[in-house]
Order: sequence, then C-alpha cells, then structure tokens
Amino acid sequence: MIKFKAALENYVFVLPAVIIFSIFYVIPFLWVFQLGMFEWDGILPTKIFVGLGNFKEILFQDTDWWRSIWNAGYITMIALIFQNTLAFLLAWACDREIRMKNFYRVIFFIPPVLSEVVVGMAWRYIINDVDGANIINKMLVSIGLPQLVHSWLNEPKTALTTVALVHCWKGFGWGFLIFLAGLQTIPKELYEAARVDGANAWHSFKNVTIPLMIPVVVLVAILTVLGTMQVFVLIIGLVGGEFAGHTSVPVLRILASMRYSSRFGYACAQGITFGAILVVISFIQYRFSKRAKV
Amino acid sequence: MLFRQWRFFLVALLLSLPLFGIIGCTSQQSLKDEIKITVWHWMTDREAAFKELAKRYEEKTDVKVLFELYAPSDAYSQKIRAAAQGTNLPDLFGILGEKRDFGAFIKAGHVLDLTSYMDENNAAWRNSFFSKALAVNEFAADNTYGVNTGVYAVPIDIMTIQMVYNKDLLKALGLNPNKPVLTFQEFIDIGKKVKENNMQGLVSGWGEVWMIDCLANNYAFNIMGKDKVLATIKGEVPYTDPDWITVFGLFKKMQESGILANGLVTMVNKTAEQLFANNKAVFAFNGSWCVNVYKGMSPNLNYGVMLPPQASDKYPMAIWGGAGSSFMVNARSKRKEEAVKFLKWLTDIDQQAYLSETTNNLPANKNSLGKIPPVLSSFAKGMDYATHPNVWGVTEFSAVIEAFDKGIQSIIIGEKTPEQVAAEVQRIKEREMNKRKNR
Repeated sequence: MIKFKAALENYVFVLPAVIIFSIFYVIPFLWVFQLGMFEWDGILPTKIFVGLGNFKEILFQDTDWWRSIWNAGYITMIALIFQNTLAFLLAWACDREIRMKNFYRVIFFIPPVLSEVVVGMAWRYIINDVDGANIINKMLVSIGLPQLVHSWLNEPKTALTTVALVHCWKGFGWGFLIFLAGLQTIPKELYEAARVDGANAWHSFKNVTIPLMIPVVVLVAILTVLGTMQVFVLIIGLVGGEFAGHTSVPVLRILASMRYSSRFGYACAQGITFGAILVVISFIQYRFSKRAKV
Repeated sequence: MLFRQWRFFLVALLLSLPLFGIIGCTSQQSLKDEIKITVWHWMTDREAAFKELAKRYEEKTDVKVLFELYAPSDAYSQKIRAAAQGTNLPDLFGILGEKRDFGAFIKAGHVLDLTSYMDENNAAWRNSFFSKALAVNEFAADNTYGVNTGVYAVPIDIMTIQMVYNKDLLKALGLNPNKPVLTFQEFIDIGKKVKENNMQGLVSGWGEVWMIDCLANNYAFNIMGKDKVLATIKGEVPYTDPDWITVFGLFKKMQESGILANGLVTMVNKTAEQLFANNKAVFAFNGSWCVNVYKGMSPNLNYGVMLPPQASDKYPMAIWGGAGSSFMVNARSKRKEEAVKFLKWLTDIDQQAYLSETTNNLPANKNSLGKIPPVLSSFAKGMDYATHPNVWGVTEFSAVIEAFDKGIQSIIIGEKTPEQVAAEVQRIKEREMNKRKNR
C-alpha cells in the first residue's frame, strides 16, 4: 500500500506534463491516422469515409507523389555525400591545432542558424540572371568557362541539383558541430599509441578516427536523411514552388493537397506514408550501422 | 502522513494551474467588449486606411472596430480554416480560395446569408455595387455547390487582371508607346525585338501557377467561347479537343518568340512587379492592385494597360475580374447586426472613395469612382470584358487544374508538347470523374 501511494505521488507530479504532451502530440498523431481514412475538405463538419482509398491512390495513382519522393531522395543523397563529407573534413581540420580554429567554428555554424527563407532568397539573388546578380555565371565567364553558364534555377536539368547544393551549404554546419564533438571525445592517447607503433597520419585516421567515429557518422546520416527529406522552405525561397514537378518534394505535395485541393484527409494519408518511409529508411540505416560496428 | 498527502496534492494542483491557464486562453471577448467588431484581413496595403475608417466609424457610432492583419495571404487562409474548425471566427472575415471553399464555409454554417439585407429599401445596397463584383459572392439557383441561393459576402473593391506595358521601353524598341498591342501575332513579333535588344519581355508570377491558369482561361474564352470552356469543365468536351491544343500552343509560340522573360516559370508575382517597376520588363500580366504597388516602387513609371492581345476574332477576349476582396459576416457572431451595419457603411460612397484614393484600388461601389488615376480607370474599363471562375457555376477538379497549369509550365520550359499536356490533363480529368462517380 505504501509503495502504491509513493508511486501515485510520483505519477501526480508528471501528470501535467503527460496531459500537455497528450493534447499537443499524442492525440493529434492518432487523429492524423483517423483523418487519413476520410475525404474531408477541412471545413465541413461531415467527412466521407473512404477506408484505405487515400492510401491506394497514393501508392498506385499519384505519380506526382513518387516523383517528389525521388526528388527528395536525390537532394538527400547529395547531402549525405557532399554535405557530410565537407562537414567531416572541416570538423577534422578544426579539431587539429590550426590558427583561428575558434573563428572557423563560429563561421561554419552561421548558415544553419539562418532562416531558410532568407537563405533561399539570398541565393536566388546570387544565382539568377534576370532578377538577381548572376554572380555564379559571371565567375564562370571570368575564369574562362563560359560553356558552363546556365540558368541554374530555371532549367529542368540543373534546378534540383542547384537546390541540393544550396541545401548542402545551409546544412553542413550541423554535421560539422556533431562531428567536431565526436572527434573531441576520441582519447589523444590512442593517437599517441598509434604513433609509437609506427602509424602515420593516414593509418591513424583509418584505424583510429574512422572506427571510433562510426556511431557519430551514423547519427549524422540519420539526422541528415530525416532533415533533408523534409526540406521545402528553401525550395520556395529559391524557385517559388514545384517548377513543373522538377523541384517537387513530399512536404510541398502535402501542402498542395491541403491548401490548393482542400483534401485534408488525403494530405494526412500522404503524411502517414511519408512518415512510414522515413521510419523504414532510419531502420535500414540503424541495422547497417550495427553491422558496420561489428 | 495525511499532511504529507495533502502537501503532494497541493503541489500537483499548483503544477497543473498553468495548464488550465492555457486552456482558458481563447479569443472570446469579455462582456466589457460586446460592442467591438473584429475584422480579420490580409491586405497589408490597406491596413492604415482600414484603421482610419475604423476610427471614423467609432466617432460616428460609438462602435469599436478592430482590424487585425494576418499576412501573407497563405498564412491568413490557414488561420481562417483553423478558426473555422474551432468555431472562433471573428465577426467579419474574408475567404481566399475557390468558390468550392466558399461554399463549404457556408454549408458549415460559418457565413451569414446577406440576401435579405441586400434587398431592403428596394435593393438599395445591392444596386450600389457593380453587378459583376456582387456576382462573385452570389450563389445562383441550382448551383453545383449545394448552397442555397443568395448573396453571402460583400465586395470592398473590384479588380481586373490585364496586361501592362512599359511605354518607355516600347519606345526604345522603336514602337509606338501610345498604341497598345492588339493581336497575338503582333505580340510575339515584339519578342524578336526584345531578344535583339537584350530586354525581358513579359513578366508575371507564373511560379504561382494560378496566374498561368488565368491567362490560359482568358485565351480559352477567346478561342472557343465561354460555352465550350464550361462544357469542358462539365466533362462534355475533352481537353484533347483541337481548340484546347491551340490554347496550349499559344504558350509554346510565346516561348519560342522570346517574348517571355527568362525564369518566368519560377518567378513569384512580387519579383515580376519589381522587374516591371524597375523598367526591366516591357510587359507584365498583373491585376489592378499593381497600380498601388508600382506607385510605391517607382512613382514615375510610365506605363499603360491593355487587354491580353487577341489570338482569335471568333469570340471576344475575356479577362478575370470582379470582386477583388470581399468580407463576409460570421453567422455565429453575437454582433451580426452591428457587423452588417458596419459593412454597409464601409461600402458606402464616401468610404469607398476614401479607400480608392488612398490605396489605389477600384471601388466596389459604382458611385464612388471619384478621383482615380487614369491608369486605374483603364483597369476599370476592362470590367466590360470581365468574367471570373466564381461566377461560372461549375468548378474544375483541383487535380486537373494542377495538371493543366504544370503542363503549361512544362511547355514553356520545352519539356512537353501541347498535345502531350492535353493528353495528360484529359487522363487526370477522366480519373477524377470516375472517382466522383464511384463515390
């Protein structure tokens, strides 16, 4: 009885937080699942039950949805390869004893804290020729590469890659910070022991740094996938929207279903599908990381 | 032991108080503020004018009016929907979107039927408006939205969407700056001159696809007439009809001629307005609200207004026009009658003239034309050619509209042919019609 009362007292303490969490997270989460099975315009009190009809439409009919998943996947691959490689190399450089390393640590963390809309509009101004300064093309001409001049954000072949590269610029700071923290947890004695054993810089990097950084790399990779797959604000700032589907991403499709088509139920189904895809990808990454550790 | 239990209970209760405080925070007004009318709007350019009018109304009637601005328009739309779901809409508000959404708000019981107020005193209030402006807010008998016949909102301004041309740049191209372009062929011929002179031709917010929809529909009316366009929406005529392929083909011709500005497909309307105001584009496709925008950006801009150049002589050119912004009364408001009285005052001659003069928007009250700039008068003349999707009585499926507009974007960037886009749009039309049939 005394144990029960003690437990009850503890639960009473956490009750307010649990109530707030339930109201603002748990209930909306469950409600999304319910709404996904209805056709609803978001205004009328009545909803039409369609069962799994919305999910069937997403899986078998909505080619625009799968195109958006492909586009988001492309941006994510670029981020995983270029963004995280850059972040790792910069973190590795800043972990060593170089001049002004504290200054670099601050500078590299500025892009992630900037607003995505501001970054999108600023880069649009830098890149675009008609309504911008056309700086990239002018630089290419000045270094003798006029054949590489493009309307980077207005050509179907280059728009998505340009968006991906701007996203890399914006996002590498987070990875840099996490990699730097991870590098700083590696005991210096391990490097000293490796040096004593005759290892050069490359051997130390390969046999000490990389194995010990695998958990951090996996963490950054998972966060990169989860964050990049949900990008959309940057795209609105850069190209104004979906650009005939070439810069379409899942969140923009969900917004389009809600705002332009007034199909809230369908938008919820898209959200659930998207969430399931992200969970599967994260699970695969996690299993892969476990194998890599072994 | 008992004291210890009570102490824990009191602590838990104190920790819960902030929660009750959050739940208690609503937008309901206290008893003291019963005669305050709240208006939600999105019009950043009219905020100061609205506040001045609210002050004048309070001096006249002792009724406070509170205008609350929520911008941009996307954020405003979401706020209105959220408020509707929580049944805490303000006394007066507007709905941005299609007539289908307007109809849904009415069927959900959020919007007051204003027909009886319109018809009082020999329909004095109704007759004060341009009929095309009021028609946008009216649901006719046997409408397809399932809404009872009536007038459900009041326009506070009218607008038309036309083309504007920069007279100085036209002169620089060796053309007569006082002679607007009348035919589509003349228009695309100018494209060659624009390219040779390294200028930008037509700018518009075609990154926001609804403006593509607007111009495409204008040309659809011109090429095939209103009846065939509406028959297509009803599903009686396919989008693969040769007339529709001609409409799609116009955009291909515009792109090939060089008359379209670079990057048009990713351009938002604000950017287009800046380019035109800064003398960087010869033409712009924009609404009459642009007069105030250009005045703010470039007061000495020398420009004129024209209808989109006609592609066919078979049917008249049509433009989108009618009510610009409208306000409706919350049917559940405790201050319905005061809200209607305020709306009547707001749309009266003096107030409409004040709004028109200070914000350079066309008045909805036809007796208030007053002192409006010549360029705004040109926009007003376009009302003779005006139509609007909200008065057609039928609405196209949103998936079809999306495919239609994105298809035109694909034509402009050279990815698809008009025939391919027509086939794609028709495929989606048939899919949506089957879905509706099976429901």
